Amino acid sequence: MVEEVSIREAYGKTLLELGMENQDIVALDADLSRSTMTRFFAREFPERFFECGIAEQNMIGIAAGMAAAGKIPFASTFAVFVPGRCFDQVRMSIAQPGLSVKLVTTHGGLSVGEDGTSHQSIEDLSLICSLPGFSVIVPADAIETTEAVKAAAATLGPFYIRLCRPKLPLVYSEDYQFKLGKAAMMRQGGDATIIAIGLMVKAALEAARNLEREGIYCRVLNMSTLKPIDEAAIIQAAAETGAIVTAEEHLEHGGLGSLVAQVVAKNRPVPMEFIAIKDTYAKSGKPSELLERYGLTDKDIERGVKSALKRKR
Amino acid sequence: MGGSKSTSATSAEAEVFSLSASVAEMEAMAKKLRRHIVTMVGKAGSGHPGGSLSAVEIVTALYFKILRHKPLDPQWEDRDRFILSKGHAAPLLYATLAECGYFPVKELLTLRQMDSRLQGHTDRTITPGVEMSSGSLGQGLSFALGAALAGRVDGRGYRVYALLGDGECNEGQVWEAAMATAHYNVDNLTAVVDNNGQQIDGWNCDVMNLDPFVGKWQAFGWKVIEVDGHSISQLIDAFKEAQKVKGQPAVIIAHTVKGKGVSFMENNPDFHGKAPNAIEMELALKELE
Ligand SMILES: Cc1ncc(C[n+]2csc(CCOP(=O)(O)OP(=O)(O)O)c2C)c(N)n1
Repeated sequence: MVEEVSIREAYGKTLLELGMENQDIVALDADLSRSTMTRFFAREFPERFFECGIAEQNMIGIAAGMAAAGKIPFASTFAVFVPGRCFDQVRMSIAQPGLSVKLVTTHGGLSVGEDGTSHQSIEDLSLICSLPGFSVIVPADAIETTEAVKAAAATLGPFYIRLCRPKLPLVYSEDYQFKLGKAAMMRQGGDATIIAIGLMVKAALEAARNLEREGIYCRVLNMSTLKPIDEAAIIQAAAETGAIVTAEEHLEHGGLGSLVAQVVAKNRPVPMEFIAIKDTYAKSGKPSELLERYGLTDKDIERGVKSALKRKR
Repeated sequence: MGGSKSTSATSAEAEVFSLSASVAEMEAMAKKLRRHIVTMVGKAGSGHPGGSLSAVEIVTALYFKILRHKPLDPQWEDRDRFILSKGHAAPLLYATLAECGYFPVKELLTLRQMDSRLQGHTDRTITPGVEMSSGSLGQGLSFALGAALAGRVDGRGYRVYALLGDGECNEGQVWEAAMATAHYNVDNLTAVVDNNGQQIDGWNCDVMNLDPFVGKWQAFGWKVIEVDGHSISQLIDAFKEAQKVKGQPAVIIAHTVKGKGVSFMENNPDFHGKAPNAIEMELALKELE
């Protein structure tokens, strides 16, 4: 059994660590510090933690003002509320001036589970990727989360890091080196490429393993930095494997699939398939049931690969 | 206890729900609803008991004494509307709707399961009697105002009731809606705040101080009525008083206890959004016998 680790806890602990190293780091939350794990930071540095209450728009404004005054604010809540609840505040107060606010949101995607539609953030990546200047990261496990949070703290400019609620199996070892804007090759292969983010990276690896038994060799890329996207890795994958399948816990439109397709269409058209939520809202259910119902499993990826391969020239 | 007598679902025949229940009967119903809430959330393994339990008397008084509604015709155009703005109290609303006859009581045990009509937060597209898709806090008062204004434009006599959490009143939109409701001199809408003093990260006063809460509503142009939110008779009186307020909206600030009725859930923030385990469920049900 692969060890499963909470990526929210990884965030909380990393933020605490960063807070010890750098006095300029401040944290904000909107009445969810128990869930987002900013509570660790809040306990240690009460004077640098700002509880904003259930007022996400205001939190974004405060964070932006702090960044303009030289702080490095980490603002957290559920992914469904940022950017959804406060899109224009994110747009005008953070993105347009290019301020160094680090938005780290949790409970992204369908895997939030039983809370249902209102809490399932399936549009956030589309919204946030539409904003010029934002760096957007969706980590695949706790180790990558730690690295991504550190990178966000160390890099100028606005960041959005989207985490999910369930614990995730580790796909990396401790020596993993996250590189902002670079896809990570998780598995070599020449027949097709699976490009995945978040908890779909593990599913992609499973799918690749299963397909190998049938003689289909897949490359697997973890595109954890969604923006700026690693165009070179995508073009190379298209050229060398001739078919691409994307996999994400998000609506089909506007997320990873759309971003990859744009690069592929412009540079090296190859058959593609998109493993994502079709144009619909989902419902309450267990995370695993939801992932299955809405077509986000290793089996769906396998079908996607086979379907793309049929059209490969 | 009164109920809808019609067995047919055709809208012309569906009867208005009988509001003849006595206070004692409603108190018994409140206890029953608490048992449903604990059982539903316990069985689901997730959900929000604290803020459901605190609002039991408010919702009981409304559905069994105040609202004109037809359980067998949820879309009846002249119905009074109840907007649950704090959508995480869905278990309370579902239990109440089931007891009124909107759908079978046994369906309550499907809460939060795949393909259930009873979603984790309210969904107006699938649950009979649910007026608003909610779960993102702060939006219900605006929605209620829209329904109230539409009723006024159409000359319909229905009233609209909106239930808000106190923590929810952190949201700017609540105050935008409060301003607009007073601006339009809306008097066919009554807001109720479940003033249990807590939200998720702790007490309101520590998370984001709301005080002076009464003064804020008054300054926004509202008539404020304060009651013990666990007293059915006080609540009924308050709703009737609110109906008589003309030319301005009224808000009932109901002082409540989060987790009310289950000793170890009362004022315990852990049970805001956590289900009781099997042992806790048994203990809770024993207390609610
Ligand atoms: C816009 C929005 N932000 C955050 C949340 C997460 N959340 C759910 S319930 C809750 C606390 C609500 O407190 P209150 O309104 O006082 O409700 P009660 O204590 O009565 O349950 C929070 C922050 C949410 N549902 N919606």
